[in-house]
Amino acid sequence: MLEECTVAEALKLLGKKEISALELTEAALHRVEAVDERIKAFVTVTRNEALATAALVDAKRLSGEEMPPLAGIPMALKDNMCTKGVLTTCSSKILDNFKPPYDATVVELLRDAGTVLLGKTNLDEFAMGSSTENSALFTTRNPWDVERVPGGSSGGSAAAVAADEVCFALGSDTGGSIRQPAAFCGVVGLKPTYGRVSRYGLIAFASSLDQIGPFTKDIWDCALVMNAIAGYDSRDTTSVPLASPDYTAQLLGGVKGLRIGVPKEYFAAGIDRDVRNAVQKALNVLVALGAEAEEISLPHTDYGIPVYYLIAPAEASSNLARYDGVQYGYRAEADNLLEMYKKTRSQGFGSEVKRRIMLGTYALSSGYYDAYYLKALKVRTLIKQDFDEAFKKFDLILTPTAPSTAFPVGTVEDPLTMYLNDICTIPVNLAGLPALSMPCGFVNNLPVGLQLIGKPFAEATILQAAYAYEQHSGLAKKKPVLSGKGVPKDE
Amino acid sequence: MSKYATVIGLEVHIELATASKIFCSCPTEFGKEPNTHVCPVCLGLPGSLPVLNRRVVEFAIKAGLALNCEIPRFAKFDRKNYFYPDLPKAYQISQYDLPLAVSGYLEFALNGETKRVGITRVHIEEDAGKLVHGDFADYSLADYNRTGVPLIEIVSEPDLRSPEEAKAYLEKLKSVIQYTGISDVKMEEGSLRCDANVSIMPAGSKEFGTRSEIKNMNSFKAVQRGLVYEVDRQKEVLEAGGKVVQETRRWDEHKGITFSMRSKEEAHDYRYFPDPDLVPIIVEHDWVEEIRQSLPEMPDARRTRYVSEWGLPEYDAAVITASKAMSDFFEATLAEYHDAKAVANSLMGEILKYLNAHGIEIHQTRLTPSHLAELLKLQTDGTISGKIAKTVFEEMFSSGKKPAEIVKEQGLVQISDKDAIAAIVEQVITDNPKSVEDFKAGTEKAIGFLVGQVMKISKGRANPEMVNQLLREKLR
Ligand SMILES: [Zn+2]
Repeated sequence: MLEECTVAEALKLLGKKEISALELTEAALHRVEAVDERIKAFVTVTRNEALATAALVDAKRLSGEEMPPLAGIPMALKDNMCTKGVLTTCSSKILDNFKPPYDATVVELLRDAGTVLLGKTNLDEFAMGSSTENSALFTTRNPWDVERVPGGSSGGSAAAVAADEVCFALGSDTGGSIRQPAAFCGVVGLKPTYGRVSRYGLIAFASSLDQIGPFTKDIWDCALVMNAIAGYDSRDTTSVPLASPDYTAQLLGGVKGLRIGVPKEYFAAGIDRDVRNAVQKALNVLVALGAEAEEISLPHTDYGIPVYYLIAPAEASSNLARYDGVQYGYRAEADNLLEMYKKTRSQGFGSEVKRRIMLGTYALSSGYYDAYYLKALKVRTLIKQDFDEAFKKFDLILTPTAPSTAFPVGTVEDPLTMYLNDICTIPVNLAGLPALSMPCGFVNNLPVGLQLIGKPFAEATILQAAYAYEQHSGLAKKKPVLSGKGVPKDE
Repeated sequence: MSKYATVIGLEVHIELATASKIFCSCPTEFGKEPNTHVCPVCLGLPGSLPVLNRRVVEFAIKAGLALNCEIPRFAKFDRKNYFYPDLPKAYQISQYDLPLAVSGYLEFALNGETKRVGITRVHIEEDAGKLVHGDFADYSLADYNRTGVPLIEIVSEPDLRSPEEAKAYLEKLKSVIQYTGISDVKMEEGSLRCDANVSIMPAGSKEFGTRSEIKNMNSFKAVQRGLVYEVDRQKEVLEAGGKVVQETRRWDEHKGITFSMRSKEEAHDYRYFPDPDLVPIIVEHDWVEEIRQSLPEMPDARRTRYVSEWGLPEYDAAVITASKAMSDFFEATLAEYHDAKAVANSLMGEILKYLNAHGIEIHQTRLTPSHLAELLKLQTDGTISGKIAKTVFEEMFSSGKKPAEIVKEQGLVQISDKDAIAAIVEQVITDNPKSVEDFKAGTEKAIGFLVGQVMKISKGRANPEMVNQLLREKLR
């Protein structure tokens, strides 16, 4: 089945001229037609553009031109990345009919790499959420069980890859928005070091935490996609002027002598017992393969969520202020300016976005700034110092990605309970570190995610260990069965 | 002695003359079709990110150094959050607690005394757009060409003690900034804007009164008028037993009053916080020194030098150095003509009169230093008289021709031929017997009339000294 190909497999077939880019894109489109009614990963499918791009790739291949590294590979983008002339919604009503006049840097890079954009994927509105249930459009379903959530906020991208609708997809991760859905959907998801991938054209949620990264079917593909998107961008001054390596170069290096820290705080009471067991087993495998493991403590872990829920909403309250109905997007009818602002924003934003804007506005208000925002910045530094300290001794830190497996749609109603989903991923964003989630087992046929956290800019080390584990576990080959269950209930 | 002391501090916004905007590469040029100098960044489109224009930092540091400020090694950007349709991101990127320059001062002379005013800070920020309201339309239009044009804000200490001082401070500030070359500093065109904090307190008191902030004063004259009005208003409030309230007031140029815009309670909470899209600015010491070296001689230094080196009177030196263009013109003329006082007289006389009448600066005329030097030489060697020089000036301003050419074309060469002048003198004596009689009878001023008549007949070209001498000889 063509659509099941990984990036590397598809490239091999294309290289040997056994398939054409058009066939590959058609297979992906066919798959979208077949399953997306149930999965609901896509907000927009750019069918005609995709076919045109694929045909163009084939024309070049026939003429014998040298092809860019990912030529002909169908992929999808989380719908918070700007695509020139293509609807970009952030899964929000407020960006009604917004077609950016420019491409995000990653979009340019992926085009230069020869990929074929198949469409834009669903997310929690403005990337705020852990289930895609906060999308103003619809809820994406988990390919392993369509009654369950795919995780979030990049749930659409994770589900699209897990359901073989595309070879790979990009997501964005502010507090776990790549890793948690990767864990829930049983795919590989990498949040690179803050500054490794350009944010230019990524619609900001929390600028000091947001980072774009890949969803792939296996580790090798993750390295291939990183090769295409990592690097300094003069349009994003928070991107880091460091040369990025060939991420495939180190993959076969094995884990012998690799020192792994295992923070006890990440295996505490809030973590599902089965999840803990699966992660422990993965650790045992790594040790059996030659890694050294030791229990460590990251004492400020508990402050991760409260600190995050001050800093991220504070930045969001300012980042989202521009959606005022003046220049683009949704505008409510009103008699005067103030009323227009109020109505536009009240009607245009969903309740979770409004909750966070209010939280953030409060945290930045005069008289509360020092007690909340400034204090949070200080604790953020402490959390980062925990990691700095640990990385003096260890090469990697290993934890579960999420405290549980995917939960059923509509069952988590309390926002605080929802926020706890990101307990293992948030500290990594606060510290700006790279981290990857990959499948490490199944509980009741639902994937469990393993998180590997690395030193700043040491994505290659993470991938090296992940590859060794993946080769041993063979879990990358395990696919969800999409035929069994029916169409999900109407929402 | 007044019953009250006035306390004024000024916040001055100056638009920097960089070629491109502060966070994108759009041109800063004015007067273009609305929304043509825009891009995703200055339009604040979703996903766009600012990239700092290094030139803006350089210019701001230049201003800081010219105002005797310290330049801290570390500066950062903050967001000032508020909603308005001319502000596409709904926040302005500015600097809150770590500006580019701090703790400086500016000195100016007023009524023969030198006054020093503290400069609290100089920071950089982006300008907003412009709203265009149709007269009868139920909508407004937004033009974002101006959005992202770089500004510096110069905040003074509350050291000014009268509206007159405030005006003198502004004039000096304008002069200093003009010397640095970082801005056109034209208040009328909006490249210099000024807000004022004003309070009054009982004379001799050490505790400042409650202040009001005055906005929308759009000319130097408006600043002085607005401040005079506000000080009087506050006095009246206190005299009537009332209390001045902390508020923002707006100057109405037509009515000549300030009125309340918003009270302290209604004041915006801008929720400043560090902009996470921009990395902090690390200002290297070497760079600051490089910028310091690039600063031209400042007006005060020039003024002193003009007195010591060229022997100009203090007053002349101050008038000429107030404008960099004028001062540069002065020096360029001196390179070709030796008499500094004569050059100063021309600049402060005919030339300044012309500039003021037309509301322009000297470099905007067609007059060149070479031409002025040439004109002065023509006067020195007796080719033309001082009176003729005035006629030549007018022609030089309008046509830009060389003075020698003008003199030749219009036949303005001075008549110094004794016989030619004597002939006219004879004629005037014959035609004006009454004045001749008066003079001979001892009415000295009658000779003035006779000289005038000779000049009139010679169309101003007769050498006035020779006319005087010949008349006296004939009438002796
Ligand atoms: Zn621009």
